Amino acid sequence: MDELRKRAKELLESKTISVVIGYEEGTYNRTRALFVEKPEEASKLIFDSRCVLNLATYITKQEVKAKGKMAIAATIPVMRSIIQLAYEFQVSDKNLLVLGITPESNLMEFKDLLEVETYIHKFEIEINASYREKLDKLAGMTQTERWKFWIDELSPCFKCYACRAACPMCYCHRCTVDFNQPQWIPVPSHELGNLEWHIMRAVHLMGRCIDCDGCANACPLGIPINLLNKRLLEDAKRHFGGYQPVLKGDHLMSTFKPDDKENFIR
Amino acid sequence: MMENIYMPYLMRIEKVTYEAPGVKTFMLKFVNNDDQNNFNFKAGQFGEYSVYGVGESTFCIASSPTRKGYIECTFRQTGKVTNALAGCEEGSIVGFRGPYGNVFPLDEWKGKNLLFIAGGIALPPMRCVIWNALDLRDNFKDVTIIYGARTVKDLVYKHELQDWEKRRDVKLITTVDPGGESPDWKGEIGFVPTIVEKVAPSSKNTIAIVCGPPVMIKYTFPVLAKLGFADNDIYTTLENRMKCGFGKCGRCNVGKVYVCKDGPVFTLAQLKELPDEY
Amino acid sequence: MTIDKRIVRKEALEKLFEILKQNNRTIFAPVSKNGKTSFKITESYSSIEKDFIQTTQSSKESVFPRTEKILDFTKSKNSLDAKPFDILQVPEVILWGVRPCDAMGMGELSAIFNWDSKDEIYNSRLSKTTIIGFSCFKADESCFCTSVGGNPGNIEGSDILFTRLGESGDWLAEIITEKGVAIVAIAQDIFQKTENQDKNKYLAEVPVKFDRETIRKKLDAFFESEEWVEQSLKCIGCGACAYVCPTCACFDIQDEIHGKSGSRVRCWDSCGISQFTLHTSGHNPRAVQSQRWRQRIMHKFSYMPERLSVYGCTGCGRCSRACPVDMNILEHLISIQEVTL
Repeated sequence: MDELRKRAKELLESKTISVVIGYEEGTYNRTRALFVEKPEEASKLIFDSRCVLNLATYITKQEVKAKGKMAIAATIPVMRSIIQLAYEFQVSDKNLLVLGITPESNLMEFKDLLEVETYIHKFEIEINASYREKLDKLAGMTQTERWKFWIDELSPCFKCYACRAACPMCYCHRCTVDFNQPQWIPVPSHELGNLEWHIMRAVHLMGRCIDCDGCANACPLGIPINLLNKRLLEDAKRHFGGYQPVLKGDHLMSTFKPDDKENFIR
Repeated sequence: MMENIYMPYLMRIEKVTYEAPGVKTFMLKFVNNDDQNNFNFKAGQFGEYSVYGVGESTFCIASSPTRKGYIECTFRQTGKVTNALAGCEEGSIVGFRGPYGNVFPLDEWKGKNLLFIAGGIALPPMRCVIWNALDLRDNFKDVTIIYGARTVKDLVYKHELQDWEKRRDVKLITTVDPGGESPDWKGEIGFVPTIVEKVAPSSKNTIAIVCGPPVMIKYTFPVLAKLGFADNDIYTTLENRMKCGFGKCGRCNVGKVYVCKDGPVFTLAQLKELPDEY
Repeated sequence: MTIDKRIVRKEALEKLFEILKQNNRTIFAPVSKNGKTSFKITESYSSIEKDFIQTTQSSKESVFPRTEKILDFTKSKNSLDAKPFDILQVPEVILWGVRPCDAMGMGELSAIFNWDSKDEIYNSRLSKTTIIGFSCFKADESCFCTSVGGNPGNIEGSDILFTRLGESGDWLAEIITEKGVAIVAIAQDIFQKTENQDKNKYLAEVPVKFDRETIRKKLDAFFESEEWVEQSLKCIGCGACAYVCPTCACFDIQDEIHGKSGSRVRCWDSCGISQFTLHTSGHNPRAVQSQRWRQRIMHKFSYMPERLSVYGCTGCGRCSRACPVDMNILEHLISIQEVTL
């Protein structure tokens, strides 16, 4: 990705940007995040189909923000996260420059976040075929079968919170699980407590999750928690109309209209 | 037979004293007489006090080991467990695990002058060693206590302060922050470090024991240094987030030290060797 | 002391499993789910994962479960009844399929749980556990047992250690402890006498990557270095590394109550999570990730050897494999070794 490396070097040399967040080679033929501050290190930046980690999780991290204005190599899911974060006042044009990567792996620099949003809005969030199959199978189960499925899947969870840490939308300094007056979600990991945690997180993310699979990829135990998020994503679309441009418009989950459906409140 | 080291003693709340807004003292007696008879502790040690079903909280044992038959603790309502404790009435049962931690080396201080400096809610950790020293008064030379709080209302152990004031063998100086005085306040007005500087106690053959909120400690140490106190002669007690109290859960680990095992009593010399992670 | 060596034929291993089952042993063995392997209670030999370099979760779960009761209590009007966890309830357990690095890790856990005061809950679990280890004939880029005092055929911590004798598929069994002898006693036919076998030619190659004494000495001087910030920029502050680690034992204590009765439980915790050191007042002594990352390395490679005479790492490499963002402890340790002070 020579264009990216070249542009990153330029931005750092001109001191317009203090840190470029991108990908580098990791272990086991994986890629991982790279924080480039010195122009000569921009040569370490790579991009290929293995780069699926959602880098937007770093733009709310205080040690990264403290470095100054950031630039981020952003694929479409990452761009979606960035726009959602911007809508929630966590990032702005003042501290972030988006170096977009198109589906054809070309560099596309954006002047501001509004341009980013106009671009990504051309692409629908689409759930891929293998997940589609799993979701349909879940939807086809009885309530008892589905309950058993989730208790089964979530019992191994040991509450490491890697899913929360990897998610760009989970940036709350004090997560709901961190409250103990009252203790909304139990701390120890057991069947019911695990279920409560994951359901609570999925509901907090409804309408904000952009389907990057970061949570499921982060899970050290391979639990397919993203199935919960994907189902809620579809529900959001079905009931509230799906994603709209938010930077100058209304967000589907935080805008109330008098004619909103209420038929699911029973 | 090995016992479960996590099992608390069952304690009945004998007396609740309201000390200051949000601050209470509990006098606790062991439910089981055998536990009572076998229990021993030394000044400086702490315990884990619990409300069953809510959790445990760490406070020092605020009564002196010279007083048998009960222990006392003083705490401020801050979080989940302290709020639950504050809701307990006389007669209810709470748990106590302890004693844990190291001690104030009173034996090493024999024949010396003792200077106690405390601020606000930090008088409780010192109260045990003050009473311990006063109960063995002949072992020590001059005993000076400098204690301050934000306002008159926030002073804890108000009755004991009156007792100490009356005693001829104790020099007590109390102070409140500027603006915290009441119309009939007869003590000093000023922050604790300022009053220490004003009183200018002699450092010769004197041990200083300091306990208070971080900001008070930060400004008191330099004053003591100016007065000639060596780092080895200044003692303090450290607070840190704790759970087990005996060095296994890892929470209170600061550098090579575990506050629950190697502390909570430290000299300033030892404190200076610790990384700034407490 | 010479170790008793036996041969167990290829097909006899399954027979051993069945004998242990019949002898009322609860068997924890590696089982796969969603592509990850963990130690689970297993009744079927065929469900055991046999071809793995290392499991995803360590075997510490059997002696130090992720959530375990310390005591139960019931409140009544003017009194309270509290009962400690009944250690007599702890079953006889076989840990099957443990790698030498995990077996060695039990030593670290025992050091922590017996430091001055003895944790009878942990000790009772360990005393009822028999560890059947399997040495490694394969390793990967995350393994570094040889750099931390271990090796792929290490007998330390195992009661019986099996080494596969290459193509034949037969196993060399080293009977290391009294518990191992007790197992042989109930399965005499399976453990056949053998001439001396050299297991080393069947073991994996794990090149030494760093010297832990050097790192320990450098760490003391390295405390204030800016490098910690650079090393930990990627770290997202989850607990994955601590939870999969065979020697991490930091825990939380929580009360759970329903109506008038409940229990106090101990559950895993991680120094990498920001809430670990958070005071109720809001003050956090380790407020940034670099301090927490530094604590992890310092605790394992400096504080533990100083206070407990054991290093807190057995080189199993799980933390590197499980880390969602590829923090890779091995790379960081090597870079610390190479730092010029």
